[in-house]
Amino acid sequence: MKRMFTARTLMIALFAAFAGHSAALAAGGGAKHPEHQHWHFSGVFGTYDQNALQRGYQVYETVCSNCHSLNLVAFRNLGQKGGPFYLAECPEGVADSIDCSNPNDNPIVKALAAKYKYQVTDGPDDTGEMFQREALPADRIPPPYANEQLARMANNNALPPDLSLITKARKAGPDYVYSLITGYEDPPPTVNLAPGQHYNPYFEGDMTAVMKPEYLHQGHPVDGVEVPPGGTLAMAPPLADGIIEYGDGSPQTVEQYAKDVVEFLMWAAEPKMEARKALGVMTIIYLIILACILYWSYRKIWEHLKK
Amino acid sequence: MSHASTYKPSTGIEKWLDKRLPIIRMSADFMDFPTPKNLNYWWTFGGILAVCLVIQIITGVVLAMHYTPHVDMAFNSVEHIMRDVNYGWLLRYIHSNGASMFFLAVYIHMFRGLYYGSYKEPREVVWMLGVVIFLLMMATAFMGYVLPWGQMSYWGATVITNLFSAIPLVGDDIRTLLWGGFSVDNPTLNRFFSLHYLLPFAIFGVVALHIWAFHTSGNNNPSGVEIKDVKKDAVPFHPYYTVKDGFAIVVFLILFAAFVFFNPNGLGHADNYIEANPLSTPAHIVPEWYFLPFYAMLRAITFDIGPIPAKLGGVITMFSSILVLFVLPWLDTSKVRSMRYRPVARMWFVLFVVAAVALGYLGGKPAEGTYVMLAQIATAYYFAFFLIILPLLGILETPKPLPRSIAESVLPKASKPETSAAPGAPAAAE
Amino acid sequence: MTTSDVSQSGDASETGEPTRRDFIHIFAAATAAAGAGAVLWPLVHQMNPDASVLALSTKDVDLSAVPVGQAIKVMWQGKPVFIRHRTEEEINEAEAVPLSALKDDSARNANLPGGEEATDDARVTAADGEARPEWLIVVGVCTHLGCIPLGTSAGENRGDYDGWFCPCHGSHYDLAGRIRKGPAPENLPIPPLEFLSDTVVKIG
Repeated sequence: MKRMFTARTLMIALFAAFAGHSAALAAGGGAKHPEHQHWHFSGVFGTYDQNALQRGYQVYETVCSNCHSLNLVAFRNLGQKGGPFYLAECPEGVADSIDCSNPNDNPIVKALAAKYKYQVTDGPDDTGEMFQREALPADRIPPPYANEQLARMANNNALPPDLSLITKARKAGPDYVYSLITGYEDPPPTVNLAPGQHYNPYFEGDMTAVMKPEYLHQGHPVDGVEVPPGGTLAMAPPLADGIIEYGDGSPQTVEQYAKDVVEFLMWAAEPKMEARKALGVMTIIYLIILACILYWSYRKIWEHLKK
Repeated sequence: MSHASTYKPSTGIEKWLDKRLPIIRMSADFMDFPTPKNLNYWWTFGGILAVCLVIQIITGVVLAMHYTPHVDMAFNSVEHIMRDVNYGWLLRYIHSNGASMFFLAVYIHMFRGLYYGSYKEPREVVWMLGVVIFLLMMATAFMGYVLPWGQMSYWGATVITNLFSAIPLVGDDIRTLLWGGFSVDNPTLNRFFSLHYLLPFAIFGVVALHIWAFHTSGNNNPSGVEIKDVKKDAVPFHPYYTVKDGFAIVVFLILFAAFVFFNPNGLGHADNYIEANPLSTPAHIVPEWYFLPFYAMLRAITFDIGPIPAKLGGVITMFSSILVLFVLPWLDTSKVRSMRYRPVARMWFVLFVVAAVALGYLGGKPAEGTYVMLAQIATAYYFAFFLIILPLLGILETPKPLPRSIAESVLPKASKPETSAAPGAPAAAE
Repeated sequence: MTTSDVSQSGDASETGEPTRRDFIHIFAAATAAAGAGAVLWPLVHQMNPDASVLALSTKDVDLSAVPVGQAIKVMWQGKPVFIRHRTEEEINEAEAVPLSALKDDSARNANLPGGEEATDDARVTAADGEARPEWLIVVGVCTHLGCIPLGTSAGENRGDYDGWFCPCHGSHYDLAGRIRKGPAPENLPIPPLEFLSDTVVKIG
């Protein structure tokens, strides 16, 4: 009996230690937790809102694509099932022989590719030279910079990350991206930002490094001064009210732009989500039915043993 | 197989084949194998694990048709699978979540074996083969995680291969050999792909031995009492346990499907959706959840132990945590198998489960402050459980009276309140 | 895994053993089998051409760079396509071949409904139904066993009929890509062609 109590005491002590410890850690700094948003695509039955995807593409094309690539997305993806410009049927005036549900023949996608702000570098041609040409649906969306070095040179030595997977490559991705692009603040008075740097409480970083020396003592903030949350980044606040003209009457605000572009980027990162969830519902219903039938069969087989 | 064959070839073809390749006899005997009639749902995890292995091998072979093991293309080829290949997203999500499901099931399977004394005489070889399978699974999962060539893949591979450099004298040479270069690079990725494809078939082989071994010793059962009268204590494997296992497998698949379809990245790490970058280390390198307890033990050794430096000490501790399982059958001195009849051991077992889960939690936390101290306590308990508690308990503890037979253990009038309790449930600890 | 065949379980027969006639066991096995069958489809379908392959299934070619009397090779769906800008004499020579001289008298032109005779006109007809005798465009894979015939580049052996010659087993094709001699059974096929302008053709 004595040993039993020893074991129980140990257990209680361990739990107590855990509980006390987690409480102690909660007071720490770090980046602000992204604000939770309601997304059209969240939940078991969540889908992408095609209008939001189209607006989000417009935001990407007008603003983000000035610095950020979208290397994993091809124009044809925009016209595939579930994509922003998918057409189940052709609009008026398109030749009968064309199947618009085929992303490679989708007239909107073809037009978007052809008039895209960057051209595709192809080649070498017969003279050995690389050349620029209009994009085709099969092409990946051309990046703003030909290589990392050019991108860094143009952006104060910072590398704008590729956005194809950004909403999956960050914790709480969609909320994070939304919070980041809408959450810029004036830097707190305790810090001193280098030119070209911007303060954002949601950005992962350590603000201790940019605090004014009078608030620091041996690398730690002096008593009564807290390290501000977040970090500094080279990206200036990318959006402002009214900078993009929406064709469908949606509000032209920073919040709406941000919501739309996040929805688009989520689609870019997880284009098969709708198919996945639809198949998932079917699969789980099937498995539950099968489990019930098997349980019945199991009871029937074991019945007589229990008698 | 240990039981007398009851198969009688009926047709001419069966008779002809039975003399030349008794494969039908083998299958029939397998299906007829006398199995204790009192196996509970914890015993269904063997079948669940077989399904996991088959799912991983099939989806893995298919994924290999589209994957490119080259540092410049690996990340994009995985995204190509996710985006372009027909049902590629499904196959890849099944494979990546399948690894987690496989480990979830194997941990339950191992705790079941611990609780019911399935490692004890005459099942030592069954248990040891199981530990071999577990080691192979760990190697396979580790190398598989490197293949998508994301940030966690790359840095996980770097950290784990650097463990080998802790070995005195030859450590650096071994590490260079593993890498095929001077850092984790294309040769490393290529060999990991090759071995990741090979090892599951090795697992398959050892699984066959594992099954052969317990078909020789017979299944253990919740009472820990051997079959005395096949007629009263046992039922044929088929249909009694095929249907019970089948039901449990389908219930397990519901959980599996919930992850694959509705939270496919929930068990993964966001950083692995960033392509590997040898110039930038992520803020926190953590392995997949199923390695966290071992990772916590590795990091718990922050001090030199005599002549052994902390780095080597951590590596030794981590590997010992698995090696100790090999000698477990000889460490546990108790004559009684099932902890149903060992009330004191059961307490310590529950604490062991708590320590293991705590190590898993701590492995995912930064190695600082109280986290390290707690990990040290949990690690100490992990080893104490095997090396001190189990050997001593066998001598000190007075077990409860055992049922005379399996049949008696399942009869309502003979059963004690504890006999119906599930292992590891908090109620059982009281 | 849940078949209802329990007849071979020898013991416990005294207590109403479940029988194979029990509907529920058959139903369980059938439901499980249906699920297993459904799982097969993704495993098979993943081997079909993926979206990135399908996106490249057509190709636009600029013909303005091919001078009269010369031929070029372009890749389409992983196969070479021969494009020959035929001279007046070459067209005349191809048109003069009587159908009786052909090994394979079928046009093998993807732009026609099928069943046409292999006249020179039928071999140079594009999707719009118009024949452009100066442009002969054929898939450059020998219909025998898949080698690439010679004759496109200057100086290569064009065979006995001035078209193409397959070095693997000695098949000779004429100036309309029709098999004339050797083991190949069929004319070189004409891929789907759409002239987007006078000088740009879309293959596929």
